[in-house]
Amino acid sequence: MSKIAPENQSIVVRFAGDSGDGVQLLGSQFAESTALAGSDFSTFPDFPAEIRAPIGTTFGVSAFQINLGARRISTAGDAPDVLVALNPAALKVNLPLLQKGALILLNTDAFTDRNFAKANIAADPRKTGELDDFQVVEIAMSTQTLEAVKPHGLSKSDAEQCKNFWALGAVLWMFGRDRKPIEDWATKKFAKKAPTALTGNLAALNAGHAFAETAELSAEIPQFVVGEAPMATGDYRSITGAEALSLGLAAAGELADREVIFCSYPITPASPILHHLTRMSDLGVATFQAEDEIAACCAAIGASFGGAIGVTSSSGPGIALKTEAIGLAMSAELPLVIVNSQRGGPSTGLPTKTEQSDLYQAIYGRNADAPLPVIATAGPGDCFDAAIEATRIAIRHMTPVFLLTDGYIANAAGPWALPDMKDFEPILSNTPPAAQNDATERKRAIWNRDPSSLGRPWVAAGMKGLNHRVGGLEKDMETGDISYEADNHQAMSDLRARKVEAVADFIPDQDVVQGNTKGPLAVVGWGSTHGAIWRAVHDVREQGYDVAQIHLRYLSPLPKNLGRLLGCYDKILLPEMNMGQCATLLRDKLGLDIIQLNKVSGQPFKITEILDAITANCPAKAKIKAAE
Amino acid sequence: MNAPLTAKDFATDQEVRWCPGCGDYAILKCVQKMLADVQADPDQTVFVSGIGCSSRFPYYMNAYGFHTIHGRAPTFATGLKLANPDLDVWVVTGDGDGLSIGGNHLLHVLRRNVNLQVLLFNNEIYGLTKGQYSPTSRPGTRSPSSPGGSIDAPVSAGAFALGAGARFIARGVDTDAKNLSPVLKAAREFKGASFVEIFQNCIVYNKDVFDDFVNKKQAKEMQLHVEHGKPLLFANGTKGLKLNPQTLSVDAVEIAGGGASETDILVHDETNPAIAQMLMTLPKEGFPMPMGVIYRNPAPAFDESFWTAHGNKGKRTGKVADALRKGSVWRKETA
Repeated sequence: MSKIAPENQSIVVRFAGDSGDGVQLLGSQFAESTALAGSDFSTFPDFPAEIRAPIGTTFGVSAFQINLGARRISTAGDAPDVLVALNPAALKVNLPLLQKGALILLNTDAFTDRNFAKANIAADPRKTGELDDFQVVEIAMSTQTLEAVKPHGLSKSDAEQCKNFWALGAVLWMFGRDRKPIEDWATKKFAKKAPTALTGNLAALNAGHAFAETAELSAEIPQFVVGEAPMATGDYRSITGAEALSLGLAAAGELADREVIFCSYPITPASPILHHLTRMSDLGVATFQAEDEIAACCAAIGASFGGAIGVTSSSGPGIALKTEAIGLAMSAELPLVIVNSQRGGPSTGLPTKTEQSDLYQAIYGRNADAPLPVIATAGPGDCFDAAIEATRIAIRHMTPVFLLTDGYIANAAGPWALPDMKDFEPILSNTPPAAQNDATERKRAIWNRDPSSLGRPWVAAGMKGLNHRVGGLEKDMETGDISYEADNHQAMSDLRARKVEAVADFIPDQDVVQGNTKGPLAVVGWGSTHGAIWRAVHDVREQGYDVAQIHLRYLSPLPKNLGRLLGCYDKILLPEMNMGQCATLLRDKLGLDIIQLNKVSGQPFKITEILDAITANCPAKAKIKAAE
Repeated sequence: MNAPLTAKDFATDQEVRWCPGCGDYAILKCVQKMLADVQADPDQTVFVSGIGCSSRFPYYMNAYGFHTIHGRAPTFATGLKLANPDLDVWVVTGDGDGLSIGGNHLLHVLRRNVNLQVLLFNNEIYGLTKGQYSPTSRPGTRSPSSPGGSIDAPVSAGAFALGAGARFIARGVDTDAKNLSPVLKAAREFKGASFVEIFQNCIVYNKDVFDDFVNKKQAKEMQLHVEHGKPLLFANGTKGLKLNPQTLSVDAVEIAGGGASETDILVHDETNPAIAQMLMTLPKEGFPMPMGVIYRNPAPAFDESFWTAHGNKGKRTGKVADALRKGSVWRKETA
């Protein structure tokens, strides 16, 4: 039996099967056990747009990838080292992704002519030589599962459904993991189902584990030793971006001491935020599933007019529909948080795939001059902080704020150091004026903006002695009355531009994630590319390249020092999952030359893709001298 | 004690900018007077509108007001009611705003039964965009966008509301404050979405389009003011609606001279959706226009059910610090 400690201290495992095979459950439970083992990890589910695509087809393949290691893990990994393929379609789809020499565990029971036909496979891949570069372990997983589950009285189809637990058991053995936490979790999960569901699945789990351990085949099944990763002392949990973002919105409500009213219409990949928040009523959150995207945005604005924190959430196509309403909230100077879980586009695009292509939409995508603050989250755990920050800006400046996340962040998970709520400042609203009986005095008080933030007082409908009218018609700067005056419209347009600029007075200076504050090359990113860039820059720095990483949270306005900072590098490389939107923005705002690295394949960046771009743009002479 | 509020206390300092003679003036006056009659609190009253002539309404009401975007007023009002269910919220819309661009939202605010009032000013024309035919225009309406006469079949606002699941449906006429005012009061008192269609005369683009039943000479003859529990009589009690069991519809019959007696006349039951459906879809020829509270059948209001369903009435009972620890939390100790 071989025990392998992965060379670079990390290993990528991918589970793949039919969308009804329970692959996501298998993967997420393996991730849970990885967390308890103290390794760092990052996961990414990769599932089809179809809920239940025809069984056995390539487009029905669902996958779950995890990168785990005894070092800092920043992405779900480039190329899997281990693939568990539950059917031929899963093998066919995922084979091109694998690392040469990868270990493949195959469920041979599914390798039938019928399944080959469904997956459009001409010949059994085990016989064509296409697996020659890999280490293949063939296991009759379905047969083994049925055998193990037989005594528990499940129907054949129900018994076969347990094969994800069987595979989980085998993989747990491979990584030397404890089965107890999985058993405890399953006991809870199946508590309301027939008792055979629990006993059957646990039998499969144990059988898979025992098979890997004792079967004569075990010589072929290697064991991997992945140690604990160095992480700061503290309490951790595994969290997806969608869940962290939801908790962040609830936290913002707590910090502002206001209700959060979250209004949304179901859309992939944004819906999980709605699902999480709807279970947070005890945290002062209420969710409203509106009749459409427009209604969702308008109801959120209505809630803000009533003094609650109005939040709406969608993905690109839905954001497009909300656009007119967002302009109104900006014009009426009401707070609103708009969460965009970006997906592959344009139009309906690739709903389940990830992209960063709604940056133009967030910054420029409204009729007329309608500037808004835009911020982006860099990863699952960061969604918590980003949601608080977006809400803080919305309330301080009385404006809609875009919070950009994406399909990768929404669904990806990793260990998250639990934040201490005491570390967050309360979110203060601009104090409403005292009740005014004089109509003119009242109007002036209501539109009396804070000179530094340019945010007006938040006067909620219902406040005594402060009734007033707001709307989308241009209003007089001082009284809020409808105004068609030429000078006033110019002044209001200037004011709206200055307000967004004023946000820059309240945000931190741009920092450098890794590397020096000047040098031959800075890799600048925003959003979910953070992890891939981090690893690439980290690795080239270890090789001696003088490269820095800079990651933007604030996209509108940009931090005040950004232009100065970026001016200190000879070259700027900007990887992003679009055709160059942030690069255009930085050229526009800062007049810089940017080297673009664009990817719109629906998949996140691979570390190697960024590595290659760095080495191509960083001259060897820029290498840090070993002596230094 | 402050002096009682008068209609003037509900007016703002803004110059009203509808065309001279527009029916909207009469409705504005009627609403202001009605709110004074019930001594409504201007700070607890909100008018929410979309886009169109009618949607200028909030600017002229001394209350909270939100002039929003085209067709979406019901959605803003819904969000507002969720944030503060105690507010008395009025949605002011028109036939284009409410039944064309905003038809979807009208449908949903009614079926959800959000506790607010929807006043739909129906003038069967687009006024603010200068006179194009609207979804309630009669076929053949000549307008800048239908010079040869419109070809669309019109929607009946009342039948639409009933089909959407509205629990309160009423009708009035802009200049008939005597009958409109009690309808508005009833709408305000109703717990749930109250839908009031107000026939409004667009003096510029669709003048006197409702003359056949609004004109003083014909009003008595052609309007049927329904009352719960009373026979459906009109024309000073000389005519009535009689149920025809063969066709499941009503016939307009003459009493005495026409051979029918008052006992033959269908008695109005405002909780009966079948009667409401018949009244809302009466043919134009030979039938009166039903007015007043045609349907009133209470059901739980959405804003109340919403907070019941969410528990805690929106009160924060938990702490985020505890919520963060839900699920599997592990401790990491650095050596």
